[in-house]
Amino acid sequence: MLPVKTPRRDPAPSRLRYRLTRLWLRPGFRRLANFGLPMLAGLLAAWTLMAEYDLRGRAMLAFERMREAIVEQPQFVITRIDIPDVSPDLAEQIRVAAFVDLPASSLEVDVVSVRARIEALDAVERARVRAPASGVLEIRAIERVPVVVWRSGPGLQLLDPAGVRVAEVDSRLRRPDLPLIAGEGAAGQVPEALELFALARPLHDRIRGLVRMGERRWDLVLDRDQVIRLPETGAAAALAHVMDLQAAEDLMDRDLTVVDMRDPRRPILRLGENAVAELVRVRAMVAGEDA
Amino acid sequence: MRRQLYEVQRAMRSRRETALRRGVIAVLDIGTTKVACLVLQFVPEEVGEGVETRPVLRQGAFRVIGAANTRSRGIALGEITAMDECERAIRTAIQGAQKMANLRVDHVIVSFSGGRPRSYGVAGEIEVENGAVAERDIGHVLAACDIPEYGHGRDAIHALPVNFALDHRSGLTDPRGQIGRSLAVDLHLVTVAATPLRNVLQCIRRCDLELAGVVVAPYASGLASLVEDEQELGAACVDIGGGATGLSIFVRRQMIYADCVRMGGSHVTSDICQGLQVSMADAERLKTMHGGLVATGVDDREMIELPSILGDWDHDRRQISRTELIGVMRPRVEEILEEVRARLDASGFEYLPSQRIVLTGGSAQIPGLEMVASHILGRQCRVGKPLRVQGLPQSATGTAFATAVGLAMHVSHPQDECWDFEMPADRQGARRVTRALRWFKENW
Repeated sequence: MLPVKTPRRDPAPSRLRYRLTRLWLRPGFRRLANFGLPMLAGLLAAWTLMAEYDLRGRAMLAFERMREAIVEQPQFVITRIDIPDVSPDLAEQIRVAAFVDLPASSLEVDVVSVRARIEALDAVERARVRAPASGVLEIRAIERVPVVVWRSGPGLQLLDPAGVRVAEVDSRLRRPDLPLIAGEGAAGQVPEALELFALARPLHDRIRGLVRMGERRWDLVLDRDQVIRLPETGAAAALAHVMDLQAAEDLMDRDLTVVDMRDPRRPILRLGENAVAELVRVRAMVAGEDA
Repeated sequence: MRRQLYEVQRAMRSRRETALRRGVIAVLDIGTTKVACLVLQFVPEEVGEGVETRPVLRQGAFRVIGAANTRSRGIALGEITAMDECERAIRTAIQGAQKMANLRVDHVIVSFSGGRPRSYGVAGEIEVENGAVAERDIGHVLAACDIPEYGHGRDAIHALPVNFALDHRSGLTDPRGQIGRSLAVDLHLVTVAATPLRNVLQCIRRCDLELAGVVVAPYASGLASLVEDEQELGAACVDIGGGATGLSIFVRRQMIYADCVRMGGSHVTSDICQGLQVSMADAERLKTMHGGLVATGVDDREMIELPSILGDWDHDRRQISRTELIGVMRPRVEEILEEVRARLDASGFEYLPSQRIVLTGGSAQIPGLEMVASHILGRQCRVGKPLRVQGLPQSATGTAFATAVGLAMHVSHPQDECWDFEMPADRQGARRVTRALRWFKENW
């Protein structure tokens, strides 16, 4: 068979080239080739490289070594913890709570968590932790100052003005200088209690404490089982009234057990037993004279 | 046989619908001298809710986004003679157009210029079933057409219902919904030789493309180069191509006749080649640069240097006058046109209300053709460039691209063909499931 005579083969795409061009004009295929395949190749390369245990281990080791070399520089070593301006007792507590093994590297000490641990202590209100370059970890703590003793349930606790627990004490006699409050919910009303104590200063040596009654009002308890019952609102005014009476007529020195100021318009006194008998006798005498 | 062919045509039609929905389709003009490919992008039709939002003007609007053409190889007289070469040519054209469009095309509509197209006028008549003509009545009347024996080795490529008559009221283009008793149809059937057509289909398949339609080339060139009045009143389009001269007659916007003369521009070239003893490529160059059909006094003095075969400038120098060249070209063109006239006479062209003749195709660029054509065909002739199409590059607006542009127009405004209508049930027993599905689709 004679081949078909072609004067000159015109340029034409080969069948393979034609098919590839058509394939390439497919948007999905083009996206795959432009993004999918390079990404796949990159992932595969990274994976095979990392799958070589030796290589990965060596890389990790080198990194670790480098890190240690930096961390153990003498400039970064902390040799001392400085806690200025707090009581030795609290300083010891803070030192324990900071949980820093000396000598440590200042790059490895996480000052934020140290600070969080210190601030978790009851006796510390605020703390600042710094690691200056002098090899000292400086912890500045602001102590909470207890203002009242709170007897609640089983134990005695010291509270600061915000009502936050500062410490626990085993006996009232450890802090006889602080006033005593008692009752459920008393911790939340420490400022009011302090105000009442300030008002009751004239009876200072006779006060035994303030009792929170039913989580809503105060009773001021004196010795000789005398009680001043104060209203829910305007407790300070009521107590001031009682103090005025005390100053004018020595009210609380008399034989009475309860001064009930819960209704400020109608104060009520409850007399002691002897006083009641005396009152009856005096009244009978007055009645006899009259008769 | 015939039913099978209808199945093939239906499959192509559904593929065309798919392509239109996707919005991209390629048209491919496989000619004897060049293969041209246009990639069309269709404006997606908006499905508006209201009547006012219906895109009436944009319906079927398209633009050409890719165009490429290449010299065709392995094609003679519009038929494939060397499959591999032809495939290479198609690949080149398709790839060029795809590259320009930067889009992949899967569906292609092909024009077919060879295969000795033959036209048949066929008539059919039925009684309308329910007073008004319905879609299925049209199917029935088309099925009732008396199809002639067109021979074993031929395939129907077009079956266009060109005219409907309802109770002797003729000239209806769309009788649907009209009241009448008897419905008659005139069907224009075009058949081509089966083997060359199969070769084309095979070639397209080998290029990994899906064929969405085959159009006979003269029909496409007529669509592109005849203006509306000519299509309406009657005109013939003579597409003088490279290897074959197509002939199509239009009246009332319908093609009523198509034929093909198996002679064209390449015969003129080979005449020059033989008459002047030059190579084929040189002859082609002489034809395009200096060719003409009407000699004047100036042409006697205009000497053309013939390229020498031996390259010896001293001894092998020849000069001819342009008149001689014209003398070689003219007889062949006249022969072509006389053949065209014979076909026109046979078709009954002279009975049409208007008898314009539009010359198009690559060989219509020969200067003086109009004069010769009107001399021979005896009627008013003009050279028609294809109509303007949006996005068509300037290089593809010449007469040689009439078929390609016509294909594009055919895609955007397809003519209903016989197989677009529902055939009656007795003719398609195997399609019950499809019909049931279609019924569901129509009713919900």
